[in-house]
Amino acid sequence: MYGIREKTSFNDPSREAEKEVRLVSSAERSVKTTTASRVVLDATDITRALTRIAHEILERNKGPDDVILLGIPRRGVPLAHRMAKVMAKVEGTEVPSGSLDVTMYRDDLRLRPARTLEPTDIPGHGVDGALVVLVDDVLFSGRTVRAALDALGDLGRPRGVQLAVLVDRGHRELPIRADFVGKNLPTSLAERVTVTLAETDAVDAVVISPAEGGIS
Amino acid sequence: MRRHLLSSADLTRDDALQVLDTAEELRSLADRPIKKLPTLRGRTVVNLFFEDSTRTRISFEAAAKRLSADVINFSAKGSSVSKGESLKDTALTLEAMGADAVVIRHGSSGAPHRLATSGWVRSSVVNAGDGTHEHPTQALLDAFTLRRHLGDLAGRRITIVGDVLHSRVARSNALLLATLGAEVTLVAPPTLLPVGVSAWPVQTSYDLDSALDKCDAVMMLRVQHERMNAAFFPSAREYSRRYGLDDRRFDRLPDHAIVMHPGPMNRGMEISATVADSTRSVIVEQVTNGVAVRMAVLYLLLSGSDAARPGTEEAVL
Repeated sequence: MYGIREKTSFNDPSREAEKEVRLVSSAERSVKTTTASRVVLDATDITRALTRIAHEILERNKGPDDVILLGIPRRGVPLAHRMAKVMAKVEGTEVPSGSLDVTMYRDDLRLRPARTLEPTDIPGHGVDGALVVLVDDVLFSGRTVRAALDALGDLGRPRGVQLAVLVDRGHRELPIRADFVGKNLPTSLAERVTVTLAETDAVDAVVISPAEGGIS
Repeated sequence: MRRHLLSSADLTRDDALQVLDTAEELRSLADRPIKKLPTLRGRTVVNLFFEDSTRTRISFEAAAKRLSADVINFSAKGSSVSKGESLKDTALTLEAMGADAVVIRHGSSGAPHRLATSGWVRSSVVNAGDGTHEHPTQALLDAFTLRRHLGDLAGRRITIVGDVLHSRVARSNALLLATLGAEVTLVAPPTLLPVGVSAWPVQTSYDLDSALDKCDAVMMLRVQHERMNAAFFPSAREYSRRYGLDDRRFDRLPDHAIVMHPGPMNRGMEISATVADSTRSVIVEQVTNGVAVRMAVLYLLLSGSDAARPGTEEAVL
């Protein structure tokens, strides 16, 4: 009865680093096969997208005042730090960035084995009155963002919350949209989108691969 | 993590580290304005206490409530147990009420194991101390406290002193700390060391002074008068002189060494008041850490469905 959730939850353990690195290399190798994984964003594309989003955040909020970037573990966190660096360079002031673990707020805890918790690190004086920009790698069902909003509510009362994602692959299950998107990727539900980052997986890339045998 | 937590002996190094790492993240909750997580909403945790307890029961209750579980407290006094109800009938009652986890403390060693394996209840069973057997969550919180002060426990020297014979804390700690790579020394009078201690992964000694010089932490055990049905040592005064942590022995400890006690303390008996209240005593911190560790245990045992849990119903942690 929970088969659909199995497929659509995207922070699942099968997206472990090793597997994703393997997907990248297999994508590079298999030029001939049409069903193979393909790289949709490489390291330069990712850097460009993050730089543009950083500028958009500054533009939308008329500067970096009160802005806090909170990445959702695991791959949202390095993205948040990178964007904060770009913003600091542009504006000449430090932009705080941290991480927000949403594991304990997920709606699928009863459906899968216990997950390991990731650190929550709120920079500065907390989120009260701040303009929080949530950062994640892939926006899919929207359930992770829902959990993040709940987690944020328990930490304080931000002045506003915005959402920045590197990739929006569609198939939303909740009324949630991103304010800043690196790239819109039309995908089928069967496909798998994996993001690898230098900080966590040694390589910067976004890869689309066809469903593996088990998922259907 | 598997279905039940009955004994430190069942924990692999990875299991133990998972609990400790999870507790590390959960401990920061104590510093937040809202000290509550919605994780176990709608789940029921029963605290089934056949023996007296302050710390452990309150700690489990706080842990379950911070995870939003419903808590039912049951103590043998004032319940039908005093009318002669058996463990089985009590368990069937809990099962009928739909308990998801049963935290049990019992005077008889093995009662939690019986509850977990008899088929009386489908819930997860957490051992909160059974007779003179084990008290695994105490060992986990001690390991957690040690890790916060000493870092990785591999190669660290931990001295456990006192009434090892009657201590479920000593057994659980000795097994868990050995699993985590620490070198454990048990110090006790010969009458208070259990039969078969040579099979434990520890060293033993009868002389406290020689064991103090190089240790990284010393854990004092309570002298359990209520379980002593024979003369195990000539007098309290003699015990205190030979095995108590007094000011003189405290001065001989290395500067970084910490002092622990699972509580309740007999001040003046196994530990002097000055030592218990010193800055290097982490006895109060142990209680704070207990809540985080028990939250981690409840979270790891209760999240995840039967279908998602690897292994079968019989899997015992």
